[in-house]
Amino acid sequence: MATAPNTNDAAKQGSGQGFVYLPLIAGWLVPGAGHFLLRKWGRGALLSASVVGMFAVGIAMQGQLFSGAHEILDVLGLAGDLGNGLLYLVSQLMGWGADQVKVTTADYGTRFIVVAGLLNVIAAVDAHNLRTGRKS
Amino acid sequence: MFKPSHFAAVVLFALFASVVFGITQRETPQRMIRYGIYCFLLFVGSAVALSWAMFFIAR
Repeated sequence: MATAPNTNDAAKQGSGQGFVYLPLIAGWLVPGAGHFLLRKWGRGALLSASVVGMFAVGIAMQGQLFSGAHEILDVLGLAGDLGNGLLYLVSQLMGWGADQVKVTTADYGTRFIVVAGLLNVIAAVDAHNLRTGRKS
Repeated sequence: MFKPSHFAAVVLFALFASVVFGITQRETPQRMIRYGIYCFLLFVGSAVALSWAMFFIAR
């Protein structure tokens, strides 16, 4: 009898046991953690390095962290920033980033931070797909 | 404060985004690498092409 061709080791190990959304939530809170939970060490390391690196470059460029939602664009920026998970919370607590964007590189930095959050969401969803066996 | 040039910023952005796109959008390692390189070249290439277009429009 034929077996499903797309099932992977992680899905086999995790099917029917544990919380199916754990890699998704872990991957959102800590970049790459979702893949680490599924023992995808290489992918997790690369994703973690990319997201954390992009976020760090954004902070180093004095990018702004969105903290309030006064305008519609601020809401979108805040949504993107929240995709960074704990990185965003820690940065807010530590007071990193700029209060106001004054130079061009700071504007780029703000975009780097937002895009890092969006990429982290993509990575977390990828971990969820690996967990459910939708992707190998 | 880190102040990269515009081109360096484009290259950094393309590098980070391409790694994530390559890993998440393809299934096998070989296809991940190929797609990552493809995305990187598209990011950088389109930025350079648009920059030249804006240069000639502004003249």
